[in-house]
Amino acid sequence: MTIAVRGLTKRFGTFCALDDVSIDVPGGGLVALLGPSGSGKTTLLRILAGLEHPDRGTAMIDGVDLASQSARQRNVGLVFQHYALFRHLDVFENIAFALRVRNRSKAEVDARVRELLKLIQLESLERRLPSQLSGGQRQRVALARALAARPRVLLLDEPFGALDAQVRAELRGWLRRLHDEIHLTTVFVTHDQDEAFEVADQVVVMNRGKVEQIGGPAEVFEHPANDFVMRFLGHVNVLDAELAEGHARIGDITVAIGAHNGDTRGRVYVRPHDVDVARIASAGAFAAQVVRVTPLSGGLKVELSVPSIGPLRADIDWERGTALALRNGDDVFLSLRRARVFAHDGHDGHGTAS
Amino acid sequence: MIDTPAVAATHEPAWVRRIVVGVSLAFVGLFVVVPLAAVFGEALRNGIAAYGSAIIDPIALAAIKLTFVAAGIAVPLNVVFGVAASWAIARFRFPGRSILITLIDLPLAVSPVIAGMVFVLLFGKQGLLGPWLGSHGVKVIFALPGIVLATTFVTFPFVARELIPLMEAQGAEEEEAAIVLGATGWQTFVRVTLPKIKWGLLYGIVLCTARAMGEFGAVSVVSGHIRGRTNTLPLHVEILYNEYEYQAAFAVASLLAILALVSLVARRVIARRVETT
Repeated sequence: MTIAVRGLTKRFGTFCALDDVSIDVPGGGLVALLGPSGSGKTTLLRILAGLEHPDRGTAMIDGVDLASQSARQRNVGLVFQHYALFRHLDVFENIAFALRVRNRSKAEVDARVRELLKLIQLESLERRLPSQLSGGQRQRVALARALAARPRVLLLDEPFGALDAQVRAELRGWLRRLHDEIHLTTVFVTHDQDEAFEVADQVVVMNRGKVEQIGGPAEVFEHPANDFVMRFLGHVNVLDAELAEGHARIGDITVAIGAHNGDTRGRVYVRPHDVDVARIASAGAFAAQVVRVTPLSGGLKVELSVPSIGPLRADIDWERGTALALRNGDDVFLSLRRARVFAHDGHDGHGTAS
Repeated sequence: MIDTPAVAATHEPAWVRRIVVGVSLAFVGLFVVVPLAAVFGEALRNGIAAYGSAIIDPIALAAIKLTFVAAGIAVPLNVVFGVAASWAIARFRFPGRSILITLIDLPLAVSPVIAGMVFVLLFGKQGLLGPWLGSHGVKVIFALPGIVLATTFVTFPFVARELIPLMEAQGAEEEEAAIVLGATGWQTFVRVTLPKIKWGLLYGIVLCTARAMGEFGAVSVVSGHIRGRTNTLPLHVEILYNEYEYQAAFAVASLLAILALVSLVARRVIARRVETT
């Protein structure tokens, strides 16, 4: 089942939730809508589910325009951010709901619910009420409930948003494995880039109702289309610079950059992991002082102060960290492996100066 | 020093507490318990046989029947109206919504006598609709329809007022989930909305019923006090009292008091359920 969205626009009063959004989800694909709150990703999901109607544009599943179908005819599985489990029904009846309203036989309901209970590993809790479950358990019940009537597509709104970090990581891996097992076309909304990268095969980066970039996790991370994507996907050092053909001057430092739009002043973007820290000066390196070293998962976060630039962040791996044995106040030398500039799009206020 | 943390913030000397509690109890005793006891005392003054005969008197039985019929029609009407109105108010933003919210409270603000008079003006012999209805053989005033109308008017806020805050607090997410899962509007209402609001609804019904059976003013204006035909229990009590049949008046009044006590107990039981769901 493929999903195709063309020129979708939705306004709430003066607020533009979706502005001419077009997205394709291939059959069996797992796509993440990634963006800050207010970027329109939940609205897009609700339009696909039939809970909102677009002002303009079309949404199609397998080439059929959804505008011709009401929410209940679409057979779309939707997992709400706060699950929206039926509080008066137990786990079994929550999962059985979609089958009961379709008047399926008792035997069929029983068999399907048992199958799903097994899938979510909650067979022993089928008589519990939602209020007697943990957050992670509720999440899985909501997912099983959405899957019960074999939906054509699965939509998840911030599926792990309300869970603590450990349960979240566990469920992420579980969702990915589940998807690989049942191959259901899936769209999920998240504001957490780690989550999007770990679970999805395609990431749609959204901001202020527009699509900023679509691509695989590695692609959007390695080749951000614009400054918003660069800033949103992980930490980035943003440095004011004088731009010239092939290089930029940041304070006293000169770094190589790619093609840009010819502005003489602009901003240079450097990922913390593209900042190399060394004890000994090498060609092109510049002096800095260590302000603070913090352990990070997989390495160290080093906050530095560079005389002509100001604060700068470098992320280095454990091995390098151990070799350097950095302490606060140490003098070190830095070099920038990669610095990027973006042509200013003009659609948001924090882009490069033009 | 401090008994429990809850009272620590307002820790008062023992004599203050005793006075406040004493005043409250004395007030309730004087204005509630003593009159209630007097009702039953007077009712049973001439013995249980006299009490029984006052109640099985055919005119009293007719009044009991009429009271139940009027409440039996007015309460279901108000349940339908209350659920529909609170659904609309809690779920949608529509023109006239705030006017609807205000008007729902109107029967609580206006004197029941005025409500009764409005119906006489509308449906009476010299009223706006009365002559037309009369020519079609429909009698509203001084008949059952008028009593039902007046009772319905006076009691319509109770269910809606109970449900509006409840539905607003619960939100519509579960209903949205039900629709996406393939439920029709009716299935969503029966399987999701109704179970969510059932204790609040029941509470509203109890309040509505108690008021419907006890209503005096509005019904008194439209009923015409025809003995055995258009007298409800409260009106029957008044007639007996005016005819100096004190013991019979109190016997019938005790029935209303019992109804009130039963609904108080029901309210307490249901209120506890409302809090826990």
